[in-house]
Amino acid sequence: MSALPRARDLGLIGCHVCGLVCRDVGRHDAACPRCGSALHRRKTASLARTWALLIAAFILYLPANLLPIMRTVSLGDVDDNTILSGVIELWVKGSPDLAVIVFTASIVVPMLKFLVLATLLLSARSGTDWAQRQRARLYRLVEFIGYWSMLDVFVVALLTALVRFNFLSRVEPLPGVVFFGLTVVLTMLASMSFDPRLIWDGRTNDD
Amino acid sequence: MTTPASSLPSRRAPSPAARSALLVCEHCDTVYRRRTLGYGEVARCARCQAVLERHQVFGVDSMLALVLTALIVFLIANVWPVVTLGLGAQQISTTLWGMIVVMWQQQSQVVSVLAAATLFFFPLGKMLLLGWVLWHARSGRRAPGFTPAMVALHYVQPWTMSEVFVLGALVAIVKAHNYFDVVANPGIYAYAGLMLLITLFSGIDLRQLWDLAPEPGPAA
Repeated sequence: MSALPRARDLGLIGCHVCGLVCRDVGRHDAACPRCGSALHRRKTASLARTWALLIAAFILYLPANLLPIMRTVSLGDVDDNTILSGVIELWVKGSPDLAVIVFTASIVVPMLKFLVLATLLLSARSGTDWAQRQRARLYRLVEFIGYWSMLDVFVVALLTALVRFNFLSRVEPLPGVVFFGLTVVLTMLASMSFDPRLIWDGRTNDD
Repeated sequence: MTTPASSLPSRRAPSPAARSALLVCEHCDTVYRRRTLGYGEVARCARCQAVLERHQVFGVDSMLALVLTALIVFLIANVWPVVTLGLGAQQISTTLWGMIVVMWQQQSQVVSVLAAATLFFFPLGKMLLLGWVLWHARSGRRAPGFTPAMVALHYVQPWTMSEVFVLGALVAIVKAHNYFDVVANPGIYAYAGLMLLITLFSGIDLRQLWDLAPEPGPAA
């Protein structure tokens, strides 16, 4: 790997915002000459911030799944749906393909994000060189798929706006959907604050 | 495909000209000498396989055309209703903003704000900023406010979710279809078109836009 020099070893910093390669002057208040953003070798307090956001996201993820996200009222008949029961309903009502899509976006993707980010955090902390390429790829995957989890939130919002036939039929959002939306935002922030460079750093400090 | 930088000036600060000759992988911090890419070529990091740079198919003019088209389609998508539901003689349709307002009224202000930001303000802001920067770049000038615009684009980038909304509308249509007459309105087709345009958009490398127009003077 010595044929592949890293910016930190060469005294260079690639600006995290605009990508400009700058000389590392070793000051904490250094700014990128091109875009004015603060220059740092690694994302600030990456591990601590990512853990905090991830744990917060997980705490909100519980009510997001346990509480109903949507209420359907038709002719006085009240039916509350959680994320999972919504998926089951789609499956039973004859749209298994869409049920799979919603299940993936609402359940598989968030769970995957929790697992992958926790794995990345633990392995980055220990500085192991285990499966570095695979870990780098997992990180890119999590970044790429993260925002698709917002799917169910938009479905509930659209149905609420559409199904307003007063007494005959009505859809109302329930608190679960708010928790779910916040979970998605927090997991996105968590994956943004993780610094994938740490995967390759070995046993070094995180600055 | 990639050339590792071998003999780098380690003492001196890289001069402005030499600066853009180097490229640092944003995923693993490996330094490369930048190479001119041929048509369809993608430079990948030899260490972590992340994409370093893609050949930019679109010139400034085509990018600007793309942005303007997307703006028009976005306007249509927001003015026309997305879906109409019918139950007996009653019909209800909604636009994106109708949805945002209803969610606010239904005690889900968080969702309302999220939808307004990710489906309206951020996508619109992104198109306007890109359009602004590109419009001036056409005549080889740096747009007024070029730097803050580019920095804002960098931060807005991950928070635009129009394509998720298209899939969400599809799911909502299928769910509603069991109980109501569903009519897809022009809004949803416009959104589908927008989805395609956004896919093309994502090919635009913001970092390469920095090199579009000359910097006003030597950087400090």
